[in-house]
Amino acid sequence: MAYLELDRVAKQFGAQTVVDDFSLSVGKGEFISFLGPSGCGKTTTLQMIAGFLDPTRGAIRLEGKDLTAIHPAKRGLGIVFQSYALFPHMTAAENVAFGLEMRNVPRSERAERVRAALAMVGLAGYEDRHPRRMSGGQQQRVALARALVIKPSVLLLDEPLSNLDAKLREEMQIELRQIQRTIGTTTILVTHDQNEAMSLSDRIVVMSQGRIEQIGSPQETYEKPASAFVSQFLGRTNDFAAAIDRSVAPAQLMAGSWSTPAPAGLNGPVTVSIRPERIGFGDAGLGAKIVTRIFQGNHWLFQCESECGVAIVIRQNDGKAQPVEGEAVRLTWRPEDMSVRARAIA
Amino acid sequence: MSAGAEEREARTPWALTAPALLLFVGVLLIPLAMTVMLSFHDWGQYKGIEPVFILKNWHEVATDPYFAEMFWRTFRIAILTTLLTALLGAPEAYILNRMSGRWKSFFLLIILGPLLISVVARTLGWALLFGGNNGLVNKLLMSVGLIHAPIPFMFTETGMVVALAHVMMPFMVLSVWAALQRLDPQIENAAMSLGAGPATIIRRIIMPQIMPGVLSGAIIVFSLSASAFATPAIIGGRRLKVAATLAYDEFLNTLNWPLGAAVATLLLVALVFIVVGSNALIERRYAEVFR
Ligand SMILES: Nc1ncnc2c1ncn2[C@@H]1O[C@H](COP(=O)(O)OP(=O)(O)OP(=O)(O)O)[C@@H](O)[C@H]1O
Ligand SMILES: [Mg+2]
Repeated sequence: MAYLELDRVAKQFGAQTVVDDFSLSVGKGEFISFLGPSGCGKTTTLQMIAGFLDPTRGAIRLEGKDLTAIHPAKRGLGIVFQSYALFPHMTAAENVAFGLEMRNVPRSERAERVRAALAMVGLAGYEDRHPRRMSGGQQQRVALARALVIKPSVLLLDEPLSNLDAKLREEMQIELRQIQRTIGTTTILVTHDQNEAMSLSDRIVVMSQGRIEQIGSPQETYEKPASAFVSQFLGRTNDFAAAIDRSVAPAQLMAGSWSTPAPAGLNGPVTVSIRPERIGFGDAGLGAKIVTRIFQGNHWLFQCESECGVAIVIRQNDGKAQPVEGEAVRLTWRPEDMSVRARAIA
Repeated sequence: MSAGAEEREARTPWALTAPALLLFVGVLLIPLAMTVMLSFHDWGQYKGIEPVFILKNWHEVATDPYFAEMFWRTFRIAILTTLLTALLGAPEAYILNRMSGRWKSFFLLIILGPLLISVVARTLGWALLFGGNNGLVNKLLMSVGLIHAPIPFMFTETGMVVALAHVMMPFMVLSVWAALQRLDPQIENAAMSLGAGPATIIRRIIMPQIMPGVLSGAIIVFSLSASAFATPAIIGGRRLKVAATLAYDEFLNTLNWPLGAAVATLLLVALVFIVVGSNALIERRYAEVFR
């Protein structure tokens, strides 16, 4: 059964619809990411769950109970803000203790839980520091400890790692995932970083302009993007203009000189999406010429001019000789690696 | 780099600030030094000012209870004015900050508008409303029968505090406003998500963070009120004098310039001590919030 459920939630600011028809059910202990470009409504959705904004339409339920009827102070959710929003006049320990104080947890138990929470995020010994005397990563950990110490039913994270440098961000990602696995808190993470979403989540909700484009596991959204938007947003992809010809038997899908038996259902002009790492060089297939090739250590990146436009190919550096710039090549791929969508003719 | 260029570089800041520095020395430091010197000169009804070095004026200021009373009144009025502006101004700034777009600019204009009007005009406004039997409010209340005698306002300390608080309010509101701008916009949401109610949020989260703003506003209001001249002159006249009007009187009515200079110097020194002292205290106490 769904633990947290959003049912056709929508939010309007004046005439502008910022989130529309947002339905999602989150299982207990699941780690969900909202992924999408800036301004697509991720924060707005999160704030509706937190209760800082009221949905214009739709329902939000936690364990079957209507969450929108409960005051934000009583929802018992843990929230980490993009700016951390730590209380600058309190020490790290006081920050973490604040939520427990509000719950009237006895002083001795409070001290013990604060200590444990700070230790869990690797900040033992920093109890008496003030936030402004801590690094960005440390402040981030305090914010996480402050949200987790109240044993929230759901943990909401709004781009918590976006202010950190690349290396620290990676460390924190691993740590965040470990902590979440250990204590099993249902978590929703807002991010516009696809790597972050893929490496952390059980399922990704890809959003664009206030609507859900796709909900699926990282592999699903990467391998089987439901729309052109998803395939473009999650990693690089090649989109080739192709056509399905049903006048021959068996029906054929043709992208330039590359062809394969056509999948059922579609007809006429289609778009074929294929990831760069799934394309290989062969004896027959899409005709192309290598424009540039870039060595990137563990792989080679080729940019080609093909019959169907620009194509990007990534090959593992397996020690074998690779085509050079200016060389004519043939691009091939396995039919099951591509996704095919109908294409409207301009 | 050659030694000459280095020397030229070292001189550049001085050259650049020279005009402002000259102005500062010319119109502030020299008159100030002359006032301090003046306070040690002698004065007599018939002989006028004698440029000698004596402690007569300082002795008089220090021992005559008349002067002590003036100074206590000055600081009492300044403290009460400061309290009143803090009590009203801090909530005002907070409410203003929470308003949305259009209302915010409208009310900000209402609060800051008075700054565009002369202090004299603003204080005279109070005199028109409460001045004796002819004050508008007094007349109205008396004709309705709510009061029998006019509310005493002119020539009272209460009147002075009220009028001064009105004049000083924008400084307090602006100062608290500046502190509020430094708050994290999500800080109230953060406290709320942890289970804090509105009163707790204000007491535990907002107040401690805007306290430096309230205190720096208080320093501004206090020093301006203690040295204010126009408002005490209109409300208190010569009946209820404060340090500034007292010095003015000694200069222009009694013509005892040296004594007036001693009063003015004492006021300045006392203010500098209070302001610098409290500023140091505040910065130490709120080091974490100021950083
Ligand atoms: N209070 C508001 N009034 C009017 N419009 C708003 C308000 N808050 C957000 N919006 C609009 O809603 C849209 C979505 O905003 P939101 O903050 O949810 O985006 P986001 O996906 O979190 O983006 P980012 O990655 O930049 O944080 C934006 O176009 C924004 O301009
Ligand atoms: Mg956002």
